[in-house]
Amino acid sequence: MSFFHALQINENVCEGCSHCMRVCPTEAIRVRDGKAHINEDRCIDCGNCFIACPHKAVFVKQDDFEEIFKYACRVALVPAVFLGQFKDEISVSRIYSILNEIGFQHVIETEITVPIYTEAKNRLEREGNTKPLISSYCPAIVRLIQVKFPGLVDNIMPVKAPLDITAMYIRRKLVKDGWPEDQIGVFYVTPCAAKIAAVKSPVGEEKSSVDGVINMDSLYNRVYKKIKEQGHDYKEVKLPIAQLTSDSILNSLTNGERRLSVSEHSLSIDGMDNVIEFLEKVENDEIEDVDFLELRACDQSCPGGILTYNNRFLTCERMFNRARYVAGKERRGELTRADEVEDERAYLLDNVAVGPVEARSISLDPDISKALEKMNKIKELERQLPQIDCGICGAPSCDALAEDIVCRGCKLSDCIFIQRNMEAHKTQKVEESLKTMENIWGYEKIENFVKNK
Amino acid sequence: MHLEYTVIEGDFVNAGSASSSIKKTLKQLNVNPSIVKRVVVALYEAEVNAIAHAYGGVVTADIDAGKILVRVIDKGPGIPDIDWAMQEGNSTASPEVRNMGFGAGMGLPNIKKNVDRLNVQSTVGVGTTVEMEVNLS
Repeated sequence: MSFFHALQINENVCEGCSHCMRVCPTEAIRVRDGKAHINEDRCIDCGNCFIACPHKAVFVKQDDFEEIFKYACRVALVPAVFLGQFKDEISVSRIYSILNEIGFQHVIETEITVPIYTEAKNRLEREGNTKPLISSYCPAIVRLIQVKFPGLVDNIMPVKAPLDITAMYIRRKLVKDGWPEDQIGVFYVTPCAAKIAAVKSPVGEEKSSVDGVINMDSLYNRVYKKIKEQGHDYKEVKLPIAQLTSDSILNSLTNGERRLSVSEHSLSIDGMDNVIEFLEKVENDEIEDVDFLELRACDQSCPGGILTYNNRFLTCERMFNRARYVAGKERRGELTRADEVEDERAYLLDNVAVGPVEARSISLDPDISKALEKMNKIKELERQLPQIDCGICGAPSCDALAEDIVCRGCKLSDCIFIQRNMEAHKTQKVEESLKTMENIWGYEKIENFVKNK
Repeated sequence: MHLEYTVIEGDFVNAGSASSSIKKTLKQLNVNPSIVKRVVVALYEAEVNAIAHAYGGVVTADIDAGKILVRVIDKGPGIPDIDWAMQEGNSTASPEVRNMGFGAGMGLPNIKKNVDRLNVQSTVGVGTTVEMEVNLS
């Protein structure tokens, strides 16, 4: 089975410096021939490597912007985080207007269907068959659980994320308005790589309702360029702006789901390391009495996505301010409700379910006898390796190298410590040793290193 | 494959370290997640028992293609009446411990529910060996 991955390595830029390898939560990266390589079975598109790379060699594959013009009816599906990228003086209507100028006749905020999503989620919480129920909101978390915590896949709530519900909604609305299905193109503006993977190879669904993905940073550039070009001299095209509720605006922030939870005990955890630490305990059954878990891969949730431009704390602040302003209107009864979405409530609730999430196990071998044999060899090797996880062998840890020796044709002499010993005991020549290092770090790096000495 | 861990009396902070490590191993062996879960739940329970009631001990695990055999061997004080201890609700825990939410008398019964074979041997003054076996396929 193969999985679509948005995160890729640009080999022309990669220096094989191994920073990415050290931060990957699923140990998916190895350095070979002086370049980082991502193991597609293990990658969950979390973006840790993207953040860690000092050379910008990790990039996020996106659809060509011109793709949108394949469709006659073009929709930009923008998360509230996108509007949070801009300073307060740039109005929502102006951003909508510019999105229209660059090609989208319709702009809709992803969070418009959050009330539907919340109701579906709360129903599951009330039924209470699964404990703890884990939110399906963050696709990097769903993938993390598939790969690293296969025992917890059934805890993930089988509900579409707001982005998919909104795509489904707008598609239905436009068909009702008379657009032929195949002429509608829905493009999601993504703050992260995982949501691209979620659209391209959805979990628990055959096909996503989203036709393409635009990276938030590149759209920010396009919009900001227009703002700069126009200066103060511009005319706005007034597009209908559906009003998000204050709850909906806060949905993509940490605590956004938890604050609306109907369970007695619910937690919200953001940041990959924090989530892993907690899921280990859940998997061991050490956690009792937690009903609902909101888990987000990025620090500060979606404002911390790798494709955002603005500082995540400032984005949160802007979104809080927007929510506070809307909450004031709500209190005074001034908010025009998104009636069109409300009209579709029954249909959407009937269609929010997705199939079960399947585990993407990363075992040593499908056959348990063979796996056991390999495991015995690995344990033996682990005892021989220095266990300091230096990474010089091109694997993130000594245990990972042990596994690579048994399963992926690496050699014990890939370990620099063992190599030195072999040289000292005359069981390996210096040339052989250099050759090994060259296989890992590439000819150029070794050559430069030797030359500069 | 043979694995071994030490359990220290009263060390609740590190309860679950043996079950965590065994869990990792079983996952790499491609054992069905629901079976892994049963092993982990049973072992965690037994580990906590040894920490709470005994003077420490060892956990051993032997894994082959068909089954996992886990032994929790403690150094006493031993269980005077095993049949009594196996019944739900029976507990020797003090009222203070029960007030903290432990000692509900579900330890051994919960282990029994999760494993395919359970054997408890105990000699008062010497120690208890809880032997549990789970089929892996």
